[in-house]
Amino acid sequence: MKTPGEIFEILKEKFGDKITGIETELPVEPVISVDPLAIKEVCEFLRDNDDLRFDTLMSLAGVDDANGEKTKDEDGYDIIKGGTLSVYYHLDSIQKGHKVTLKVSVEREKPEVESVESVWRAADWHEREAFDMYGIVFLNHPDLRRILMPEDWQGHPLRKDYKNPEYYQGMKVPY
Amino acid sequence: MDKLISNDVKTEELVLNMGPQHPSTHGVLRLVVELEGELIVNVKPYIGYLHRCFEKHCEAMTYPQVVPYTDRMDYLASMSNNLGYAIAVERLMGIEVPERVEYIRVIMAELQRIASHLVALGTYGVDIGAFTPFLYCFIAREKILNLFEMTCGARLLYNYIWVGGLSHDIHPDFVRLTKEFIEYFKPKIVELNELLSFNKIFIERTANVGILPLETAVNYGVTGPVLRASGLKWDLRKNDPYSIYHKFDFDIPVGDGRMGTVGDSWDRYFVRVREMEESLKIIEQAIDQIPDGDVKAAIPRRIKPPKGTIYSRTENPKGELGYFIISDGSVNPFRVKVRAPSFVNLAVIGEMSKGHLVADLIAILGSLDIVLGEIDR
Repeated sequence: MKTPGEIFEILKEKFGDKITGIETELPVEPVISVDPLAIKEVCEFLRDNDDLRFDTLMSLAGVDDANGEKTKDEDGYDIIKGGTLSVYYHLDSIQKGHKVTLKVSVEREKPEVESVESVWRAADWHEREAFDMYGIVFLNHPDLRRILMPEDWQGHPLRKDYKNPEYYQGMKVPY
Repeated sequence: MDKLISNDVKTEELVLNMGPQHPSTHGVLRLVVELEGELIVNVKPYIGYLHRCFEKHCEAMTYPQVVPYTDRMDYLASMSNNLGYAIAVERLMGIEVPERVEYIRVIMAELQRIASHLVALGTYGVDIGAFTPFLYCFIAREKILNLFEMTCGARLLYNYIWVGGLSHDIHPDFVRLTKEFIEYFKPKIVELNELLSFNKIFIERTANVGILPLETAVNYGVTGPVLRASGLKWDLRKNDPYSIYHKFDFDIPVGDGRMGTVGDSWDRYFVRVREMEESLKIIEQAIDQIPDGDVKAAIPRRIKPPKGTIYSRTENPKGELGYFIISDGSVNPFRVKVRAPSFVNLAVIGEMSKGHLVADLIAILGSLDIVLGEIDR
């Protein structure tokens, strides 16, 4: 059983600059930041290393950090330029009994993250959900489509600057 | 003869659309099934018909206002949803709740587990073609719902477990009636076993059907009774304890392949039956020990967690229910993500049903025990 701090040290030694930092001042759980294009190899290492054995992905969540430049349009809706979107990975090891949280941040204008679907099949639907809700593109995902919203829906609803469409297929949306 | 057919008859794969309105999909779920003759080649679930923007709503609500929304996710286990959310926010804020609250919460969560499993088992019988056990299950469930109604006035969506406490104290008769229920329900499990579990036809339809190997289950992140039926002793009440579960003595039933292979549909069914017995054990231990106290004493006047993130998980009747909450230090959550057990468990259906008959697909889907309310959120 290892603490997130120890796991961070192991990863730092193995991957160097691709591990960008650890936030420990958060009140509950430390978060390790990883380079978005290295997340797959980091996860493969975490799964296969004999001391770590992270055999299951508990959850994968997209987040809109809303840390860009904010302006308002004429209807009073926020428009956010720049800043980042993030993906949080919650890993769990059934064999070793430890947990860790990873995070990748990508630019809002070009949100591309390496998919971990080939590491844990559990990531498949979670990644599709993050794509659906935030427009985060998971590279090398075998079947990246919308999952909860209709296939022809415009926009990504959980972004903080999302604006409700007026009509969807001829139906008024805020009915 | 074989040669003759394969030379002259053209065959092609048939795509069959099951749902969104189909009596055995337990809600609005669409399965696109690729068939080769009668055998399943692939199953693709299409979900989202019940999407209600739960996560978007949360961002506009204050922390206590989210609780009624959690009721509506897994609407057969609302108490457990409330509990998971309350624990997540309490951990984020560092609130200690009174002993009395913990005891009542555990009793409610375990009663809810029995009620949820009763629906799962009853409707599973209906899927297979046995209608009678369903009625017996619902009589017993009705008694649990009466206990809930007596406590908080609602029968399905309770809004009972709040951050830091409970919405009401229990009724003076609650302890007596719960004990009566335990005595009433114990023989009913035996009855259910005689009626359905060890019924020859039922075993024929479910044993060796939809076998889920443990390795696949773990890789897909499957949890709850579905994972345990594949042979892993993994229950968050023991493995990642929360509330006061460490005080109680209970067992974790796992699938043993008694009727066929470990991890088949019958195992998944029977793990739920045995879990009801274990839940009764917990309630029996807890009901006599409820200490005195004020159930609203620890409810904060103003819920404003510090900046930070938390992923908190609890063992719901259907598996691991995780709440991922990001707080930006204001009264509204910045982000609430729900890791719903049914959402993850349903994803594995394609893997499980390959090579089975169409009729078996119904048996496999029923054994997963999904609720579309929490899949689509």
